[in-house]
Amino acid sequence: MKALLVLATLALFATSLFIGYAPLPVTDALLALFGQGDDLTTTVMQQIRLPRALLSAMVGAALGLSGAAMQGYLRNPLAEPGLIGVSGASALGAVIALQTGFAGAFTLALPLSALAFALVAIAILLALSGPRGGSLTLILAGIAISALAGALTSLALNLSPNPYATYEMVFWMMGSVADRSMEHVTLAAPVMAVGAVLLLTTGRGLDALTLGEDAAQSLGINLTALRLRLLIGTAAAVGAATAVAGAIGFVGLVVPHLLRPLIGHSPARLLWASALGGAALLTAADIATRLILPDKDLKLGVLMALIGAPLFLHLIYKTRREGA
Amino acid sequence: MTLLTLDKLTVRRGECPVVDAASLSIGTGECVGLIGPNGAGKTTLLRAALGLLPHEGTSSLAQLPARQRAKHAAWMPQSREIAWPVPVERLVALGRLPHGRRPGPADQTAIDSALTRMGLDAFRLRPATELSGGEQARVLIARALAQDTPLLIADEPIAGLDPAAQIDTLQVFADLAAEGHTVLTSLHDLSLAARFCTRLIMMGQGRIEADGAPRDVLTEANLARVFHLSARLIETDHGPLVQPLHRIP
Repeated sequence: MKALLVLATLALFATSLFIGYAPLPVTDALLALFGQGDDLTTTVMQQIRLPRALLSAMVGAALGLSGAAMQGYLRNPLAEPGLIGVSGASALGAVIALQTGFAGAFTLALPLSALAFALVAIAILLALSGPRGGSLTLILAGIAISALAGALTSLALNLSPNPYATYEMVFWMMGSVADRSMEHVTLAAPVMAVGAVLLLTTGRGLDALTLGEDAAQSLGINLTALRLRLLIGTAAAVGAATAVAGAIGFVGLVVPHLLRPLIGHSPARLLWASALGGAALLTAADIATRLILPDKDLKLGVLMALIGAPLFLHLIYKTRREGA
Repeated sequence: MTLLTLDKLTVRRGECPVVDAASLSIGTGECVGLIGPNGAGKTTLLRAALGLLPHEGTSSLAQLPARQRAKHAAWMPQSREIAWPVPVERLVALGRLPHGRRPGPADQTAIDSALTRMGLDAFRLRPATELSGGEQARVLIARALAQDTPLLIADEPIAGLDPAAQIDTLQVFADLAAEGHTVLTSLHDLSLAARFCTRLIMMGQGRIEADGAPRDVLTEANLARVFHLSARLIETDHGPLVQPLHRIP
């Protein structure tokens, strides 16, 4: 199963590199990727397509992984990483950067501002829910932070200095990995890596939580430490993803749910599988945005919601049928 | 050898003590039944003894580091939670978590013998959530057995089971004790407690009211005082039978 997911991700990643606005022969494109060939092709491959392909895979992996961890921790298949308010806060950071014009100061001003807001959100979340708070406090604190971030985002839009800035903010919030540079990749990669390492260490604890919190603790799992790794890991992964790609929903919700039956329902095995599955799904969706409406700059977040919502409806229908 | 020592263990909810200065010591090979009316503090005592609740006084178990404690005592909470439809075998294998990362032959042996002991061989690959309540209870007991600890602590493991399954479960506990393990279990069926346990501890309002051999603890006077129950004790070939008659106001 894992081998299949790795293959699918690699195949999609390669496809993503070779599909774009400018039609390039595969051999030329491949050579250009390693700096061989004419300047224009090299620039297209190294500066435009490579960061785009890398970002769609990285963002997908971060969202899939944190979704799987969140569902495992809350023991609820309907949980998703946005639940703790980090993506909302990160989006607010980006919108404020656009609104104040700070985004234009230097290339990474917008993602850095988004990351800073994600950090603030997770600090507030930890302070609100306390070191030993249960899942209910956590969810409520997350809802409160999301609501506040949503309200402040609307306020920023409301007070936007000119229509052009409003367009920019609205389009940014739709979520996309188009027109990003390698600098975005190098900014997001280390933060996502820290998040991924933290999340991947939660496997044993998440498996033990299948039996409930009491039994997990009696199996030697330190729940307080587990929760901290989960929250900081999710904040880093999702915060960095949102900072470079905007708000992209449904990946963290749908991917773990689709893969769970295929890997035998184990929360630990689902972590790796969802990271790979998320990367594959988001890369495929990004390819689709280029194939469906090549001239219109169809936003990745919009397409993801269009795919994700019907999948989610199907999921609810299935849950209802199983419950009956 | 003592496996669990509690010294003046006290758990408070606000100001009010839910467990009030409970002291006891349990040694190898005992099958101890913890009895008492609802709200007597049985679950709280067990959870505090395991270090799952903040408490005053000492519990030898709660003082151990989490990893070591998990190798010393297995815990079966009263709520039978199974969050995901994992196969029975994999759920039972969770009991091996405290024994290291890489599953080895010793782990498989422990899992196999736990499954066989609980009569679950035919269920190995079935999703645990699709089993009946009684079968799930057996799976969770098998999970605790797979942990292979000197001490097994269970909170009302036979609640909701049919009479034959209740007897089966307590027989497993009695066998474990005879093999040199130690079992501490809370339960409500006094006759079964008298028949399968080597020792009974009776709790009332947070305090340990009686502790000793089943016949010494299950007296009409103790049942009246702690359970507010008028009951008749009938001697049979299988030990004393408790026939509850009516509540004493």
